[in-house]
Amino acid sequence: MVSAKIDPMHQFMIQPIVGNFASGSPFVFTNSALWMLIVLGTIYVFMLGGMKRALIPGRWQVAVEGLTGFINSMVHASIGPEGRKYMPWVFTAFVFILFSNLMGAMPFGVVEQAHPFTVTSQFTVTGVMALISFAIVLVVGFYKHGLHFFSLFWPKGTPFFLALPISLIEFLSFLIRPFSLGLRPFIAMFAGHILLEVFGNFIVQGLRAGGGGIAISILCFFFVAFINALELLVGAIQAYVFALLTSLYISDAVNLH
Amino acid sequence: MPQLSQLSDVLVSQLFWLAIGLGFIFFVIARGMVPKIQATVDAREAQIASDLAAADHARKDAEAKEQAWRDTMDSARADAHKVTQDAKDVSALDTEAKAKKSADRIARKVAAAQGKIRDALTAARAEIEAVAAEAAQDMVGRLTGVTVERKDAARAVKAELHG
Repeated sequence: MVSAKIDPMHQFMIQPIVGNFASGSPFVFTNSALWMLIVLGTIYVFMLGGMKRALIPGRWQVAVEGLTGFINSMVHASIGPEGRKYMPWVFTAFVFILFSNLMGAMPFGVVEQAHPFTVTSQFTVTGVMALISFAIVLVVGFYKHGLHFFSLFWPKGTPFFLALPISLIEFLSFLIRPFSLGLRPFIAMFAGHILLEVFGNFIVQGLRAGGGGIAISILCFFFVAFINALELLVGAIQAYVFALLTSLYISDAVNLH
Repeated sequence: MPQLSQLSDVLVSQLFWLAIGLGFIFFVIARGMVPKIQATVDAREAQIASDLAAADHARKDAEAKEQAWRDTMDSARADAHKVTQDAKDVSALDTEAKAKKSADRIARKVAAAQGKIRDALTAARAEIEAVAAEAAQDMVGRLTGVTVERKDAARAVKAELHG
């Protein structure tokens, strides 16, 4: 039943559930789309717990208020009082990446059909989110400052012969931002899940081999447990990093030094 | 790497469903629910701040009242002290006056008694002189048969007694 061949990439395959790819229709409902909706539903149900709006909050309400308060203070600290306008997008990016990463690490796979699909392991998803963040930076920057926005790359109080190459480097690093922003959460999930798959397979193969293989199995079991814990941590950190960098980039565009 | 090999197949579907997911989170949750949740937090913080201010006000009020009460108590205590002191003074004066009166009365009585004693002494001395003069007159008459005048006898006795 289980092939001995390790295929750690299989978990990233997108399979159609309704429709087929040959039709080229955007409405093809895939396992990726299903898990986007599951993540969406989880976020919605979680946020509903904060809508009781009680003066003395229960545990759930405190958790939801903690999440919104966390993003609110982060946006406020990086952008300033004007940050309130940009909070919805930072919040959207943070909760979507966070819940996708965490849902992808849940052990639903004990039921074979319910194996979670990590939405953020697709660079189409993280890339689009990074492009949205970058587009906000560009639109806000040019809308607020016009062509003066280019002074973002010019280091102040530096002699001309130094400022010219520095501003070129600054400009290049600015152009790289959407790629680094989008690749970072994707790579973290991609690499972590491959590692889990590989060591999970080692457990099975070790048990099959018997003898010394059982010792390797036990070792790999603890290693997988450790990697799982690390995945949860990395999932939260990547969501935080994405949200923090987005608000810092927006801060650049809003405040221009 | 299926993310690359499948890209052309899945791209439109991925973008479509991602747009739905992110759109729902952005418009319904981030713009609809989050401001309400933040408003609840803000309202609670405002409530806490106003409650704290009220508590502070009440505390200051209580402190002022306590100070006023302490002042009243202090002045009442001072008054009481003054009243007792006055009463003590009055009663001391009264006692002194009474004692003085009694002493005067006693002194007068003593003086009167001393005067009486003096009078009695003088009277007794005069009596002794008279009795001595009579005795001397009688003795002279009996011994010598010479009758001595009462006046002479008295003079002699007086001279003898007073040297």
